[in-house]
Amino acid sequence: MNKTLNQKAWFFVLPVVALVAFNAVIPLMTVVNFSVQETFGDNVFFWAGVRWFEEVLRSERFHAALLRQLLYTGIILAIEIPLGLAIALAMPRRGPWVSVCLVFMALPLLIPWNVVGSMWNILALPDIGLLGRSLNAIGLEYNYTRQPFAAWFTMVLMDVWHWTSLVVLLCYAGLRSIPDAFYQAAKVDGARAWAVFRYIQLPKLRYVLTIAILLRLMDSFMIYTEVIVLTGGGPGNATTFLSIDLQKIALGQFDLGPAGAMSIIYFLIILFLSWMFYTLMMRNEDRS
Amino acid sequence: MKRPGWLIPTAYIVFLMLPIYWLLNMSFKSTNEILGSFTLWPREFTFDNYVEILTNPVWYSGYLNSLSYVVINTVLSVVVALPAAYAFSRYRFLGDKHLFFWLLTNRMAPPAVFALPFLQLYSAVGLFDTHIGVALAHTLFNVPLAVWILEGFMSGVPKELDETAYVDGYSFPRFFTRIFLPTIAAGIGVAAFFCFMFSWVELLLAKTLTSVEAKPIVATMTRTASASGYELGLLAAAGMLTIIPGAFVIYFVRNYIAKGFALGRV
Repeated sequence: MNKTLNQKAWFFVLPVVALVAFNAVIPLMTVVNFSVQETFGDNVFFWAGVRWFEEVLRSERFHAALLRQLLYTGIILAIEIPLGLAIALAMPRRGPWVSVCLVFMALPLLIPWNVVGSMWNILALPDIGLLGRSLNAIGLEYNYTRQPFAAWFTMVLMDVWHWTSLVVLLCYAGLRSIPDAFYQAAKVDGARAWAVFRYIQLPKLRYVLTIAILLRLMDSFMIYTEVIVLTGGGPGNATTFLSIDLQKIALGQFDLGPAGAMSIIYFLIILFLSWMFYTLMMRNEDRS
Repeated sequence: MKRPGWLIPTAYIVFLMLPIYWLLNMSFKSTNEILGSFTLWPREFTFDNYVEILTNPVWYSGYLNSLSYVVINTVLSVVVALPAAYAFSRYRFLGDKHLFFWLLTNRMAPPAVFALPFLQLYSAVGLFDTHIGVALAHTLFNVPLAVWILEGFMSGVPKELDETAYVDGYSFPRFFTRIFLPTIAAGIGVAAFFCFMFSWVELLLAKTLTSVEAKPIVATMTRTASASGYELGLLAAAGMLTIIPGAFVIYFVRNYIAKGFALGRV
């Protein structure tokens, strides 16, 4: 759409800018303040320069948390994207079952995150949980509060349960936007299912898949509540991701300097991902 | 289709329902049964857990608190987002693209980064432990979300609509409220739904910013879980009750959910 130049439009966005500035700029400046100062309590601060940044960037604890975060994000993307795509392709295109599928599939997305954690906690308990009990019954030793691998397995399964539907819904919406004529043309040409997928469906899905991948990428970088409720970051530090580590430092130990520096670094990572998201999305929009 | 196409979606839905069934199962059991035996369905069927939650003010006030700030947040977010989204969809102005991107970064901002500064800021302005405080804090990610979703929907409305209305002698406020808003009613519904949803599921900020007066149900749950040992039945019943509002509203927006997650751009 060709838009007209109108500087008065600023008045329309002013309320939003004021509200978000109050919420985003002031706290962000607080974090910046923490990150360059040293304090011994009583609101007395000393200039510390970039010391905290150096400390955080060098600390093995941060490296470990970042590495765990990247590994976790990698695993869930590798599972959720293909799985979501496969389910969307197998879903009925019309008829009464469509609504049923959509409502049931969207349900996990609306459950409060700590309830998701509690739910999986209850499900995975080795003695009285359905999952834990079943795994132990078939001879696998499974206790997510003690074995790091079991904790990771449960976390990944929980995330797949929680968020695959997002990928399904997006892909399904993309598939529905393909006109029937495309399929009829393919039928006339005698195209096989694979060819239909490769040359008709996949190109149409590129846009929604971009959104799905980037949303999952960014949101999994912020995961906090589910992990806290399910494993509390343990056993040991096995599931201590970035945001959990940050909370341990900030609210747990009140080490404001390092917490501030880590917040800034963390935020810059997210900012970079958002920028990628924005650029890709806008490029797609211009093309379509 | 020759191959059984319904198999994959069915299997997936069963997988989705299993943990929810297990929670439902637990919520109807007595504590004795939960801890004493492993049963696939409740043998001593009891409503005690639900009765406890619906009669004990500690529990049900949690629900009321959550609903209050969620509703305040939804109304506030959509109302301030409407004019902004209109401006972004119709006009070019100085810094519009940067502003639009800056809004998005706040949707992506990790609450963990903001928890402590928020606590200080809201304590300083006297909004700690109030419904409005939590509602305002949640606008951090909901206002950008609402702006993006609404902008997506508004861009789908041809500009000729605006121009025709002006030719017909409508003033801007009258055009906006009488013609434009009804046209994008679906978009407003979806934006409101997403604000409702993300405010409802969020825990970290809601928990950090409250202590007694505005304590949300999700915080009551986590504190009960750690304080009174293992009252799993109660926790399960509380969890089941938090699913109900979501399950209820989801039916109305089922066809638009994907569009909302794509921020109005599918």
